[in-house]
Amino acid sequence: MTRYLALLLGLSLALAAVGGAEAAHEIVIGFQCDRTGATQVVGVHLCPGAHDYVRLVNAKGGVEGHRIRLLEIDHEYKVPPAVEAYERHKKEGAVLIVLYGTPQTYALAQKLAEDRIPGISAGFGRADAADGRRYPYLFPIAATYWSQAGAAVKFARDQLGGLKGKKIAYLFYDNPAGREPIPILEDLAEREGFQLKIFAVPPPGVEMGAQVLDIAQRYRADFVITHLFGRSPSVSIKELKRVGYPLRRVVSFVWGAAEADIEAAGGFGVAEGYYAMQYAGVGGDYPVLEEIRELYRKEGRPLPREMASSVYYNRGVLWAAVPVEGIRHALRARPDGRITGSDVKAGLEKIKGFTLGGLVPPLEITPEDHEGGGWVQIWQARGGRFVRVTDWFKAYEDVIARHLREAAKK
Amino acid sequence: MIHRECGVFKTTYEADMALYPLPIARWTVAAILAGLFVVLPWTVHEYYLSIVNLCAVAVVGAVGLNILVGSTGQISIGHGAFMSVGAYTAANLAVRLDAPFWLALPAGGLMAAAVGAVVGVPSLRIKGLYLAIATLAGQLIIEWTINHVPWISGGVQASIEVPRPTLLGVPIEGPRAMYYFLVTVAGLAVVGALNLQRSRVGRAFVAIRDHDIAAQLIGIDIFRYKLLAFAISSFYAGVTGVLYTYYLGIANYEQFQITTSIDYLAMIIIGGLGSVLGSIFGAVFVTLLPIVIRWAMEAFGGLLMAPAVVHNVIPNLRLILFGVLIILFLVAEPEGLARLWRNVRNYFRVWPFSY
Repeated sequence: MTRYLALLLGLSLALAAVGGAEAAHEIVIGFQCDRTGATQVVGVHLCPGAHDYVRLVNAKGGVEGHRIRLLEIDHEYKVPPAVEAYERHKKEGAVLIVLYGTPQTYALAQKLAEDRIPGISAGFGRADAADGRRYPYLFPIAATYWSQAGAAVKFARDQLGGLKGKKIAYLFYDNPAGREPIPILEDLAEREGFQLKIFAVPPPGVEMGAQVLDIAQRYRADFVITHLFGRSPSVSIKELKRVGYPLRRVVSFVWGAAEADIEAAGGFGVAEGYYAMQYAGVGGDYPVLEEIRELYRKEGRPLPREMASSVYYNRGVLWAAVPVEGIRHALRARPDGRITGSDVKAGLEKIKGFTLGGLVPPLEITPEDHEGGGWVQIWQARGGRFVRVTDWFKAYEDVIARHLREAAKK
Repeated sequence: MIHRECGVFKTTYEADMALYPLPIARWTVAAILAGLFVVLPWTVHEYYLSIVNLCAVAVVGAVGLNILVGSTGQISIGHGAFMSVGAYTAANLAVRLDAPFWLALPAGGLMAAAVGAVVGVPSLRIKGLYLAIATLAGQLIIEWTINHVPWISGGVQASIEVPRPTLLGVPIEGPRAMYYFLVTVAGLAVVGALNLQRSRVGRAFVAIRDHDIAAQLIGIDIFRYKLLAFAISSFYAGVTGVLYTYYLGIANYEQFQITTSIDYLAMIIIGGLGSVLGSIFGAVFVTLLPIVIRWAMEAFGGLLMAPAVVHNVIPNLRLILFGVLIILFLVAEPEGLARLWRNVRNYFRVWPFSY
C-alpha cells in the first residue's frame, strides 16, 4: 500500500515538474474540446482541426518566433469538469481559453473576467457576450444565435421575395440556447410583417413528428428556420422529408449544418435542397487546408479522416486560427513573449481582414464588438455535397444592437 | 475514524451515542480541521484547491442524497432539479433583494426542501423503481418550469448572474477564498448529517428503511418522517445548488439535469449507502478519478502513442477506465468504499497480532 502511495506521489511530483519546465518557452492556449459526452459528434471532427492548424503554425516557425502549445481537455459537456479544466489551463499559464458549450460558457464567464483571460465561444454561448463592454473577456468571434436569427430571416426574405404576410416556422430545441433567438425573431416578425410560430422540440430532441406535421400541413409554413443540436437536426430533415415539406424552404442554424447531420438523415440524396448556415467555410478548397495537407504529405502520413467532415474540421481550424491571430497581435506589441491575458484581449480586438483565404469571415473585432460582425454564409446540400449559395453576409444589425443595449441595461 | 479503540469501555448510553466515540477522536478531528484550514490552503497550488472546491460541493450533495437513499431507503432521481431550485432561489434573492449569502444559502435550501417534500409525496404510496420514476417526473417538471417561466429563470437564457458573496464587506473570490467558504459549508453539512444519524429522527429513518410497516408498528409516523427525509435531503441538494451558483457566479439549470442526479446516485453507491463517510469518499472519488486518470495519461500516454492519437484516446480511455474501476471497486466490495475503508481499519486494528 505504502509502495503504491509513494509511486503515486512520485508520479504527481514528476508531472508537476514537467508542467513547470515547459511553460516558460511556449505560449499556451487552453482548449476545451469534447470528444466524448453529449456533443461528441461535433468534437471528434472539430478538435483535430485546431490541432492541425497549431501544428502548421509551429512548423512554419511559430507566431513571431514563439511556439504555441494547445492544451486540450475534454469535459464531457459537464460543468464541474469544465471548471476543473479552466483552473488547469490557468495553472499552465494559458493566455487564452477556447470554451466549449453554452452551459460551460455561462459558468466560466465570471472567472474569465476576474482572472483577465479571454475566452472564445465561437458559435454558441451567450449572444449578449457580443457586447465587449459588458463582457470584456468573452469573445464569441462567430455569429451568435441572435445574428444567426437575423441572417436566417434575411435569407428567407430573399428566397421568398419579401416576407409580408408570409408564414415562418421556428423549430427549435427547447433549451436556453434554443430559446435565445426568439425575441429577435418576434421583433423581426413585427417589422417585416410576417407571421411567426414557434415549435419547441423537448429534449432529447429525437421526437418531433407532431411539430413537423403541424408545420407542413396545419400551419403550412412558407419557410422553416431550424435551430437544433446533436442528433435532432438529422431527425428534422428526415421528418420534414417524410411529410413532404420541400427542404429548399428550410434553413438550419449552425449546429444542424454538418455533413454528419446529412449522413445521419440518410445522405445527401435525402437532404437535397436543405440550406445550412455556416460561420466557417466548407469543403477542402482553401489555401490553409492545402498547407495542412502538404504538412501531412511531407511527414509521410495519411491525411486525417476528420478532414472529410469539412464543416466541423474547418470550424476547428477557425477556433485555433482566430485566437492565434490575436496572440500574433499581442506578441507584436510585446515581442519578448511575456504576454498576459489582457495583452491577448487587446490583440484579439485588433483583428481585421484576417480571412485565411475565405475560410474565416471578414471579422472585425473591436473593444465594443467581440462578435466581429456576425457573418454567416448559407450553403445548400446539392448533388452530394454542400454548395455555397451566398457570400458572407449579416442582417438586421440595428435590431440586434438594440437587444444588446437592452441586455446591458439589465 | 482512523484510531484504535483498545482499552476504552463504555458504561453509559450517553457515552455510546457520543459524537466522538473515543477521546482520541477529538484530536483526530482537530488534526483534520488544522490540515484543511491551515496546512492545505497554504501549501498547494490554487489549481488543486479548485479541485478540492469541486469535491466539497459534491460532498454536500452526496451527503444529502445519502440521507434519503442510504438512511431512509427512498430513492430519488430528482436531486439535480432540487439543486436548481436552490440555485435559482438564491440567485433571485441575491439579485432582486440584494440578499447576503448567509441569507440566500439557507433560503435556497429551504425552498428546495419545500419542493422536495412535495415531490416526495408519492413515496407514501410507492417504493423502489416506482418511486424512482415519480421523482424522475419531478426532475422533468422542475426543469421545464424553470425553462419556461421567465419570472424564475430571468429570461429566455434561463440564467441569472449573481455577484460574488461578501463576508464583512470582503468579496469571496478566487479559489483560495472560495476554498474556505465551500469547505466550511461542507464541514457544517457533514457534522449536521453525523448528528442527524444519531438523533431520534435519524433512527426513525433507519427503521423506515429496514421495514416500514414494522416502523409504523413501533410508533413511527411514516407520513411525517418520509417527507422529512425528502425535505432534509432536498435541503442539502438546494444548498449544493446555491454553492455552485456562488462558486460560478451564475445560476443555470442546464448543469443540474438528469445526468447530474445520476452522477450523485453513483457517488453514494460507490461510496457506501447509509454512511456519511461513504458519501464523502464517493463524492471525492467520482470527482477526482477522471482528473487523476487524465494526469496519468498525459504523463505516460506520449510514451506509447503519437500526440495526435493521444488527444483522441485520452477522453475515451478515461471513460472506459472510469467505468472499469467503478465495477472493480464494487465487485471487490459491494457495500462501497466506506466498507472497504472499514475492512482496512479492522485489519490494522489488531495488527500485527491478527489471531
